[in-house]
Amino acid sequence: MIYREAGQFKTSYVTDAQIFPIAQDRIGIALMLLVAFVVIPRTATPYFFSAIMTPFLIYALATIGLNILTGYAGQLSLGTAAFMAVGAFASYNFMARIDGMPVLLAFILGGICAALVGIVFGLPSLRIRGFYLAASTLATQFFVVWCLTKVPWFTNNSASGVITAQQIEILGYRFDTPQSKYLLVLVIVTVMALMAKNLVRSTTGRAWMAIRDMDVAAEVIGFRIVHTKLTAFAISSFYCGVAGALYAYCYLGTVEPEAYNLDVSFRILFMVLIGGVGSILGSFLGAGFIVLIPIALSYLVHFTGLSNSVTSNLELMVFGALIIFFLIVEPHGLARLWQIGKEKLRLWPFPH
Amino acid sequence: MSTARRIGDVILKVDHISLSFGGVKALTDISFDVREHEIRAIIGPNGAGKSSMLNVINGVYTPQQGSITFRGRERRDMDTYEAAAHGIARTFQNIALFSGMSVLDNIMTGRNLKIKSNFLEQAIWFGRARREEIENRRVVEEIIDFLQLQHVRKTPVARLPYGIKKRVELARALAAEPSMLLLDEPMAGMNVEEKQDMCRFVLDTNDQFGTTIVLIEHDMGVVMDISDRVVVLDYGKKIGDGTPEQVRSDPEVIKAYLGAH
Amino acid sequence: MQFFFEVLITGLLSGVMYALVALGFVLIYKASGVFNFAQGAMVFFAALTTVALQEKFGISLWIAIPITMVVMIAFGFLTERIVLRPLVNQNEIVLFMATIGLTFFLEGFAQLVWGSGVRALDLGIPDEPIAAILDSAGMVVSKFDVTAAVICGVLVAALAVLFNKTKIGRALRAVADDHQAALTVGIPLQHVWGIVWAVAGFVALVAGLLWGSRSGVQFALTFVALKALPVLILGGFTSVPGAIVGGLIIGATEKLAEVYLGPYVGGGIEGWFPYVLALLFLVVRPEGLFGEKIIRRI
Repeated sequence: MIYREAGQFKTSYVTDAQIFPIAQDRIGIALMLLVAFVVIPRTATPYFFSAIMTPFLIYALATIGLNILTGYAGQLSLGTAAFMAVGAFASYNFMARIDGMPVLLAFILGGICAALVGIVFGLPSLRIRGFYLAASTLATQFFVVWCLTKVPWFTNNSASGVITAQQIEILGYRFDTPQSKYLLVLVIVTVMALMAKNLVRSTTGRAWMAIRDMDVAAEVIGFRIVHTKLTAFAISSFYCGVAGALYAYCYLGTVEPEAYNLDVSFRILFMVLIGGVGSILGSFLGAGFIVLIPIALSYLVHFTGLSNSVTSNLELMVFGALIIFFLIVEPHGLARLWQIGKEKLRLWPFPH
Repeated sequence: MSTARRIGDVILKVDHISLSFGGVKALTDISFDVREHEIRAIIGPNGAGKSSMLNVINGVYTPQQGSITFRGRERRDMDTYEAAAHGIARTFQNIALFSGMSVLDNIMTGRNLKIKSNFLEQAIWFGRARREEIENRRVVEEIIDFLQLQHVRKTPVARLPYGIKKRVELARALAAEPSMLLLDEPMAGMNVEEKQDMCRFVLDTNDQFGTTIVLIEHDMGVVMDISDRVVVLDYGKKIGDGTPEQVRSDPEVIKAYLGAH
Repeated sequence: MQFFFEVLITGLLSGVMYALVALGFVLIYKASGVFNFAQGAMVFFAALTTVALQEKFGISLWIAIPITMVVMIAFGFLTERIVLRPLVNQNEIVLFMATIGLTFFLEGFAQLVWGSGVRALDLGIPDEPIAAILDSAGMVVSKFDVTAAVICGVLVAALAVLFNKTKIGRALRAVADDHQAALTVGIPLQHVWGIVWAVAGFVALVAGLLWGSRSGVQFALTFVALKALPVLILGGFTSVPGAIVGGLIIGATEKLAEVYLGPYVGGGIEGWFPYVLALLFLVVRPEGLFGEKIIRRI
């Protein structure tokens, strides 16, 4: 595959402002979508869908959500899972309490609930920054999970505090196999990822990056700080909320609030860090990487005959070491490595 | 020097402004005015309160006393957003670009007040959102041409040399099509050639777009050359005000400032 | 009313323990601007190492503690060398994330080497009410808690001396004020940071021993670190007295809230109450009780 831009002249701002301005990128994306939509559904096993592809896509969506907030708008959050939980439990309640609620609408409403909660918990960001903000998002994490556990209404008075996601049915078609659930998730994630890509290359995205890089200058230019920060919290939480709903409906099936604990928040933060802070593509790379590590490790442990408890501890160590490694060696993560690779390819085989 | 432009009425007036941080007085009872289309310089030794003055004008700092009259409306203090919305743009002494973005994106941020589409329209990149993006891109490209930044259009600003960064900051301010431009030491740290370029850009801006310019500058030669009127500050107090010739011959100014040279 | 005081004292005494963890944070933050999220993992690691050394090699506690101390000091220097030195001059958030990575690594490492599972740690201090107070005031105040408080007090006093009276302390404060300037007057920056991490490791050991013997040496110890966050918000990130006062406030209010507010909302509010308290406080005074006022210049 030769990656050359030569000869691709942009003759209008319309062509230069395309979502993927380089022809090879367009072909690459088209091929990826072809594989994701056609090849994988025809060839993969149910295990591959339910243990790898579906969680990967859902995590990627949540990672995009966190990346919007942390990567683009520069507001560090340790409470991602809380917003996912809000999305999941809100969708569940819309489905359970309103007859004939279409499931997609329930997901969207769940996302909107998460966005509202995001705005409320984003309010401290107007006064505080950095670690203080990180600590306040931890408050979100603990408070939301506690609330969902303690208030029976949220779990529809289920005695154990566990909810079972309703059957997904859209226009009479039941999504009950791993394959169909994968396809549903794929469609939603593809659409939302493209929308995120559009957002970050328009004024909204520029406003986020402006307050991230230099908030006083952003204000002087005429960005309204309050509005910009809260939109970032709202849209980020919306993405996390939908991801949380998909996590419950298409991945776990039955969930308790504890499924959205601090550990999940950290995991998604790692995906952002390893994938690439401030990159939509990176969100996918990071999610894929973090989803695959435990699987790879469990194979490794299996073949070397170590005990199973080793896997989880080894996983913690590998995650920790990788974070430090990436922060030191390539703080922009896999997305930057990808970009460097592309730049090399442009010149290959004559790099001088 | 100035051919097409004609200096008009008073557009900005600051009256009896006093500003202090904790116990430290930064500005004491400052009053002056700025006329439309003119180039107004603020000079003074380090720590005289020049940057604070600009920060008061566009609302970054809130003065304890005094008032600001801009385009006939008197205010206790300016609101940053309002200042931007009413056409006051600004550059900073220490470059305040958005270091994670490209030159093009940085300049595009200057257009933000012209964009009316909401985030939903932008997310689907359709209709008004797309039109606005293309239209504003066209305006930005004109500014890129004007300031000769074509070669670095898509470079992340963090990689640029100092002189170019200063120019990008000016471009970002111009992108807002301001009626008044506040420049905080636009030529600081530049070599002679870069200074000449920057001087030319400032004069051209004033000349072609009729932009009123308030600038802080240390280089006396530059100030005396390009400005119409000069305010002199020292220790937060105004000690002189007038045309370059008047200021140059003012004994108090010579004592406090020029005498040092 | 007597019950109120009993709750208050229990709270204050557990607040002392929070303060101890927060102290580790403050030390490192003051000297190197790193917000060390791994302090809790260090507490856990130290406690687990002490117990496991006793268990695996059959040595007594008083031998295990010095060995652990050496391990913690080595860990401190290694962290400075491997993690922080390559990241010097990065912004605070990057350093913070690096310590999150360190947290995960350390938690995994500790359990991989010493095994997971709850272990008991006996320091030989009885956890029983002090008879004199029980007799005279009728209140239950544990001997253990009081001893812990005394140990904390001694430790804080020792740190104060270290910071204010010694040459190392002067170097530390200089580094805390301005890295570059400290470097230009010939203070060996990395050496100083190594020492700070080692001291923080030592503080973690003390905290680990006290917490571990109170509630068992287990993974949950790492959550104690999270409690130190609101303490720091209250006290300010750079203030030693702030850490102490913040710890006491958090300890006392969280117990009081749990006892008096908890029953109305279903209990378990200890988990988030300190954060909400700290947040409300933040809105009023963003720099904390004793923190330095932040002036932003442009």
